[in-house]
Amino acid sequence: MAEVLVLVELNPTGSGVRKTTLEALTAARALGEPSAVVVAGPGTAAGVKDALAEYGAATVYVAESPEVDDYLVAPKAEVLAQLVAEKSPAAVVIPSSPEGKEIAGRLAVKTNSGFLTDVTEITADGTATQVAFAGATIVHSKVTAGTPIYTLRGNSVTPEPAPAAGAEQAVSVSLSDSAKLARVVDRVVEQKSSRPELTEASIVVSGGRGVASAENFSIIEALADSLGAAVGASRAAVDSGFYPHTFQVGQTGKTVSPQLYVAVGISGAIQHRAGMQTSKTIVAINKDPEAPIFELADFGIVGDLNTVVPAATEQITARKG
Amino acid sequence: MNIVVLVKQVPDSGSERKLDPSDNTVARASADNVINEMDEYAIEEALTVRDAQGGEVTVLTVGPDSATDAIRKALSMGADKAVHVVDDALHGSDALQTSAVLAAALSQLEYDLVLCGAEATDSQMSVMPALLAERLGIPQLSGARKLTVEGSTAKIERQTDGGYWAVEAPLPAIVSTWDTINEPRYPSFKGIMAAKKKPVETKSLADLGVDPSTVGLGSATSQVLDFAGRPPKGEGVKVTDEGDGAQKFVDYLASQKIV
Repeated sequence: MAEVLVLVELNPTGSGVRKTTLEALTAARALGEPSAVVVAGPGTAAGVKDALAEYGAATVYVAESPEVDDYLVAPKAEVLAQLVAEKSPAAVVIPSSPEGKEIAGRLAVKTNSGFLTDVTEITADGTATQVAFAGATIVHSKVTAGTPIYTLRGNSVTPEPAPAAGAEQAVSVSLSDSAKLARVVDRVVEQKSSRPELTEASIVVSGGRGVASAENFSIIEALADSLGAAVGASRAAVDSGFYPHTFQVGQTGKTVSPQLYVAVGISGAIQHRAGMQTSKTIVAINKDPEAPIFELADFGIVGDLNTVVPAATEQITARKG
Repeated sequence: MNIVVLVKQVPDSGSERKLDPSDNTVARASADNVINEMDEYAIEEALTVRDAQGGEVTVLTVGPDSATDAIRKALSMGADKAVHVVDDALHGSDALQTSAVLAAALSQLEYDLVLCGAEATDSQMSVMPALLAERLGIPQLSGARKLTVEGSTAKIERQTDGGYWAVEAPLPAIVSTWDTINEPRYPSFKGIMAAKKKPVETKSLADLGVDPSTVGLGSATSQVLDFAGRPPKGEGVKVTDEGDGAQKFVDYLASQKIV
């Protein structure tokens, strides 16, 4: 069976792999037998190998070096290019984070291959699905040059275990000078949150201009916490200073595709739709019955968010006992 | 400090955007075309660095004749001159092909810094800095919410989930900017008038030494097979809160087995 390389995305806040890695391993199985590629500091692979094997990695390539995390993007692309040359895989699948897309791009240049970003599905013949133009258009595409490279959008594929050998294979790392130009000198965490990460959360609760103040975002956070959800914000709310830009959902912010998206006090401008239109189920709470968000909503409540949201939070919390 | 800012003309993200069914490329002719919103932040940043350190800001775009509107916008904000790569053979080029053309154009320019927006609102790929860094062998400082240029070093804060990475590199470097980095100026009347007299050099693929058979739809590295509008959602349920809105909301979540 053809080999498919899957780049492992590690959990930035602790140990283990991100869910996106398990999704990528699952999607890669449509194309062949996945091999996981760990490019990280020494001692990383030992802690993640079992999870990679459980989700179908026949081989785990371990490219560990103290240097690879010191520089932006380029080292990972270089290691992958080396493996593509050695193993001639049928394809490469990379989780679609900002870094993942950049790695895919550099790898495509290095290997004279085509690449497709933010795909939501890959079929056995290599056809990928993408959503374009704020989720309004669904596109099927195929790579027509070199080794197809895909980046897989988070939450598009449900991770499914498929135990495999996970045989470790060491990969020697010797970075070129051109991979060592952009040095990462510090990694700063400004917002520590116990909530799930926005792009991988299965539920997202977002607030918009209707929330009316930064202080009042606490009711959005409370609803999110009752559901174990991530918190998002519309651009209007971010521009008004209600919530930090990191949490912006929309055209110039994050794209999310959770099981449930709750839009509170959000009118539903195209800017916002672009980031959430592919959510499986959409609930909208807005006092304006004409708000365009209701066109997208599976369930809409016309009402005052200041009464509906806290009451709902209370009931959800009570149900959990 | 000579700076090149990459700009892209895109269909307005606030209007309906389409693919052209005849060849599955972005329908640009029928669209309301504007400068990519994110590019304005890159232009603003370039002007700020130039005004502090001297030098010139050159706008570079690859696009059809109509892309001159995007160039004029950048010049009216205060950029000094522009290079417009326009060639019929470019139609349908993918990101990799476009990056090869941009790299060829950049090789004919003098620059210490290349700036661009962190994403184009049409393709949303966010890969051009990576592609150009790879092709030109210069450092990639992408996704900046802050840029500092000190001597021959550029430093950025790369926006991440919940914080930032401090990244630095020697010049020349390519930097892409998010909309958190500054507040772009509006062109003044004087700026708009002055822009009309600023030099815009038009270059063909032949001028750049790029073989036309390597670009365009025919030799693209990926192909759109087909496309369709998203199937319309089934009619949703809409209720009006009469004191029971929260209850109905929770009942709905329960019916979906969410709570």
